[in-house]
Amino acid sequence: MTLTPTRAPASPAPARARRRRIRRFTRSDIVVVALLLGAPVLLDVLLIWGPTLASIGLSFSSWNGLLNNPPDWVGFRNYQEIFTSYPPFWPALRHNVLWLLFLGLVATPFGLLLAVLLDRQVRFTRFYQTVFYLPVVLSLAIVGFIAQLFYSRDYGIVNSILGNQDNPIDWMGNPRINLWAVLVAVGWRHVGYMMLLYLAGLKAVDPELREAAAIDGANEVQSFFRVVFPTLRPVNVIVLVITVIEALRAFDVVYAINRGRNGLELLSVLVTDNIVGEASLIGYGSAIAVVMLLISVGFIVTYLTQVMREDRG
Amino acid sequence: MSLVAPARRTSPPATGRAGTRRRRHPWRWVATTFLTLVAVGWLIPLVLAVYASLRPYLETAQLGYLSWPRHLSFDYYRRAWTEGQIALHFWDTLLVAVPAVLATLFFASFVAFLISRRRIRGRRVLLIMFTAGNLLPFQIILTPLYITYRNVPLPWWMSWPSERLYDSFWGVILIHVAFQVGFCVFVLANYMDTVPKELIEASIMDGAGVWRQYRQVILPLVRPALGALGTLEFAFIYNDFLWAVILMSTGDKFPITSALNNLRAQFFTDYNLLAAGSILIALPTVLVFLLLQRQFISGLTLGSTKG
Repeated sequence: MTLTPTRAPASPAPARARRRRIRRFTRSDIVVVALLLGAPVLLDVLLIWGPTLASIGLSFSSWNGLLNNPPDWVGFRNYQEIFTSYPPFWPALRHNVLWLLFLGLVATPFGLLLAVLLDRQVRFTRFYQTVFYLPVVLSLAIVGFIAQLFYSRDYGIVNSILGNQDNPIDWMGNPRINLWAVLVAVGWRHVGYMMLLYLAGLKAVDPELREAAAIDGANEVQSFFRVVFPTLRPVNVIVLVITVIEALRAFDVVYAINRGRNGLELLSVLVTDNIVGEASLIGYGSAIAVVMLLISVGFIVTYLTQVMREDRG
Repeated sequence: MSLVAPARRTSPPATGRAGTRRRRHPWRWVATTFLTLVAVGWLIPLVLAVYASLRPYLETAQLGYLSWPRHLSFDYYRRAWTEGQIALHFWDTLLVAVPAVLATLFFASFVAFLISRRRIRGRRVLLIMFTAGNLLPFQIILTPLYITYRNVPLPWWMSWPSERLYDSFWGVILIHVAFQVGFCVFVLANYMDTVPKELIEASIMDGAGVWRQYRQVILPLVRPALGALGTLEFAFIYNDFLWAVILMSTGDKFPITSALNNLRAQFFTDYNLLAAGSILIALPTVLVFLLLQRQFISGLTLGSTKG
């Protein structure tokens, strides 16, 4: 899960001479800084950025992951094969896109709607907020398990409600519908998260704006779309990025249900299969991961520009 | 709702809005009905999961899940607890989560302090490096990490319970810290921007070294943010599934959420038992959330609106 903050405006820069004096570190300061800044930076470089670069490199290789058998460099062959002759790739990509569209076009707007209603200070706001947010604290793996209880073909609750025991629907087993069934469960969790972010954004909207709109004769709907929504732009950017990243990172829920097979393939599952699986096709797995990176990179940059806008100079 | 400006939380002046509200009674009635319906729908999955977990499998198989109960018992919880070795896996989770959260908050707050209040050179690069790192798709680091972990031996004093980073608690802790520091640095740097610089300057005048400035001036002031982040981070790590599944192999050592995957095999045929196991595992996060709701929510929205 990734989060959201934007920078608060930086405090005014002090005079240059003063700043230089403050910046000075004593010798023992330098030791402390070297240790306590060095350790997390080292960790970040060794475990995050180093492996990222290594993945990009390995995506041009053919390798089984054994150190005594150095990788062969094969240029763009992995990419070519993924795009042309690796059957699960396109379905997985399609599922990730559907995932994103469902979260972005159904779950997120629904979260916004709930936030708008709650922001109008109906009674028991706190209670509603707690209820809607509750699924967010459950892990996606747990959501996957509860989903199985509901969707099971023979004893599942959904089929009990539908009363179709004679001709039960196999919600999890039918590859044409299982993705949608899973998305409903995932949306259940996503909505609360988005509601919370929008609620925080709405609370920060200057109430005078709305009053001004009301005085000008705008009704609730007009005032929301013309006045309030545009001021939520920073939240919207954050929500968009989080939604994209969550859709790309989706893994736990399908892995908990059936290890991401039979209609539930996702890019993340393909990477795992190629790396941890028997075959150990490191080059293949890395190339798929690089595709994921390329999809996310634009959004990460958007996010960074948004949140660093009021930068500290 | 941001900790950056706690005062703002109470900001909307009651008068103006209350006036419009009173005039819009029918609309509010619709809104309340709608919210109540959605809330009921939202709770149904959890309520039914709890209900199913209290009933014997044979009964629900015979009568269906939507029937009046004949037998209610906590039997499944007892079975899930023993058969799923829940206590053992809770312990494994604590072994990972507690050190990881503490190390994350410690390093992140120090780095944030240097970036925000000491304004060290290269702070922008640092901030981008940490923040962007937190947003990467996990899969891009997975392959090299997996291969590295499999090949890096641990010194003898770290070699319980695994002689390599792979399948060790150390390895999982390290990757959590590396990922979460990125997020926490960002949030905390933002938060510390509101700490008056004069406080640090004064302590420098008094001859305090960088450690004392951090320990005695900054830390006490950011304690609320650390509380909020700590709650949130604990839940993140508690809920982690991927890293332990990828980086560990011994079933006994799996943290609780990943252990679910092993439990599934045992529970598969009996969904009521599965429900009981899921509820047991979800219970700690749900309780923490209900008790510390404020911290939780401010942790998530910390600075998500412009202070």
